[in-house]
Amino acid sequence: MSPGSGIACPVATRPRLLPDVAGLGAVALRGHLARHGARPPCAGDWQRRQRLIGEVENAGLTGRGGAGFPTAKKLRTLAAGRRAPQVIANGVEGEPASDKDKVLLSRTPHLVIDGAVSAAELTGATEAVIVAHPAAYQAVRAAARERRAAGYDQVPVRVLEAADGFTAGEASAVLRWTERRVPAPTGRPPRLGSLGHRPALVQNVETLAHLALIMRHGASWFQSAGTPAEPGTMLVTLLGAVRRPGVYEIEPGMPVSGLLDLAGGPAQPPGALLIGGYFGTWAAAADALDLPFSAAGLSPLGARPGAGIVAVLPSSTCGLAETARLTRYLASSSAGQCGPCVFGLDAIARELERAAAGGSGDITRVRGWLRDVTGRGACHHPDGTALMAGSALRVFRDEIGLHSRGRCSATRSAGVLPIPELPS
Amino acid sequence: MTRRARLTVDPIACDGRGLCAELLPELVSLDDWGFPIITDADVPARLRSEAAAVARLCPRLALRLERASG
Amino acid sequence: MVSTQWLWFISRGSGLVLLVLLTAVMVLGTATRLGWAPPRWPRFVAAELHRSLALFAVALLGLHVLTAIADPYVSIGWAATAVPFLSPYQTAAIGLGTLAVDLGGAVLLTSLVRHRLGLRAWRAVHWLAYLAWPAAFGHALSAGGGDLRIGWVAAVIWGSAAAVAAAAAARLAAAVAARTRSAPRPHRQARRELRGAHR
Repeated sequence: MSPGSGIACPVATRPRLLPDVAGLGAVALRGHLARHGARPPCAGDWQRRQRLIGEVENAGLTGRGGAGFPTAKKLRTLAAGRRAPQVIANGVEGEPASDKDKVLLSRTPHLVIDGAVSAAELTGATEAVIVAHPAAYQAVRAAARERRAAGYDQVPVRVLEAADGFTAGEASAVLRWTERRVPAPTGRPPRLGSLGHRPALVQNVETLAHLALIMRHGASWFQSAGTPAEPGTMLVTLLGAVRRPGVYEIEPGMPVSGLLDLAGGPAQPPGALLIGGYFGTWAAAADALDLPFSAAGLSPLGARPGAGIVAVLPSSTCGLAETARLTRYLASSSAGQCGPCVFGLDAIARELERAAAGGSGDITRVRGWLRDVTGRGACHHPDGTALMAGSALRVFRDEIGLHSRGRCSATRSAGVLPIPELPS
Repeated sequence: MTRRARLTVDPIACDGRGLCAELLPELVSLDDWGFPIITDADVPARLRSEAAAVARLCPRLALRLERASG
Repeated sequence: MVSTQWLWFISRGSGLVLLVLLTAVMVLGTATRLGWAPPRWPRFVAAELHRSLALFAVALLGLHVLTAIADPYVSIGWAATAVPFLSPYQTAAIGLGTLAVDLGGAVLLTSLVRHRLGLRAWRAVHWLAYLAWPAAFGHALSAGGGDLRIGWVAAVIWGSAAAVAAAAAARLAAAVAARTRSAPRPHRQARRELRGAHR
């Protein structure tokens, strides 16, 4: 038993979302129906739809895009609106460290489309749009075509290829992309819609996949996995110094060391973990490995599961250098709309690069800047970057001290985190 | 019951021109790059007309003075 | 009986002052946009002065137009105050003046309701100022007639032109610099292969 949460969860004996059979192809409609059965219709009068949304509420489904907002609440708000909304399945996955949405869309697109269509019926939407990462676009398009040929859905389903870039996956940016081909956040929540357009339900594709299963099997079934506070299963991406990096399906509450074991265990002795993704929190491996992987379990570290990413940094790699690389990437990924983000993140990245290169970066100034940029952009890009960098200043404090004296504890200089090539 | 007012800045429209901080230093300061930090969004009654002038004058129409229920 | 000579003087005098006023409005507008201010002058002074002088110019414009219409020696007609090139007297010259009023009027009216209009629409119309001033200047040159031969009048008129030209050049330079500066762009992510789905 792990302390705190009281539950040590083994991995679900049978994954719910990911296909049974290992392989790289997409599950076709026939295979999907054989495994999960037909999609129960969710359309109907107001009372019926509210009852079904109540089932989602009882299940306790929360968003799997990182923010963890209660899904039923969103469904109720949009179902009660004056205008018929649109449903947008967010499969953009702008974060390079995350693969779960690509994998879900590429392997089991029908489950996601089921969820999107169900959400459309529950909210009275007239259309469901799946915005898919380029790597998964063909698979989703083929699945939609299959369904159209079979006349499977009452609600029209459209598939759109996502834009590149980190901020392209933000909810208002996805909406703006579908309406005006501009992948930048607007600072306006999608449920309010843009001016002149319909309100939108923007939901992560994994959330919709869970929704599809809740509609089939009910709230109690959903809660039979995970913890009482965080029910269901979740997809996680494990990367870095593990033997088998990739996407796995787990139950929240599983110890972090168990996650690493699923991925074949550490490839080298782990030094630090980045938990939750590029907007997540750094933690010393020794502090994190025994904690349950859940919001409650990780809170002593100030960390959250987020979009389920755990990056393992070996102790032979310099955490400060990785943080500097990552911060520079995040600074260049800014949508470029807000001054504090554009200039602030650039300044923070520069100081961290100086510290990583062996000079002394002005860490006091950086701390001030981390406070300055938080909450002053149109989206959470500066906030997330500041959180990640702030945790690095804590966890790699000794490393910073070493660097200011011209030394470093690392024995290898290559980076571990996947950071796309910066344009020259 | 006094009606309170809130001063907010639209970060996308804002271009760091700095007129707001000149006119209303009690509520607006500038960060290291010239962009406004609204130190206190709640506008006291005595500064109400200044805040309204600031919202009117912003060349980018980035400032908004909204009435909030007190 | 008011000597109609006075109408003529007031019309032409107010015209010259108007040109100077509108020149100041243009220069102050550019200064506001570019963030110029004399040392120890807060930036909002340029912004407020730009606005106040523009509104004052409207009042003076009224005087300028009314005295010209009321003058019995020239027939311009009320229609020509709103629609350009309708005046039988000095059609082109007066027409340019009317054009300036129409364009400037659009700029002013949209500025009065700019919060309702939104930034983009307001800015789009505001660019017309760079057409309105040359129209006013053309009007001054062609309707000014004999006054232009007076030394100080010519100095004022050409001095104004120089000031506006300098302001416009500065505005253009700033626009070019903004376009060529490497602004941060959304990061282009290379397509990545799937890392494989293991269980």
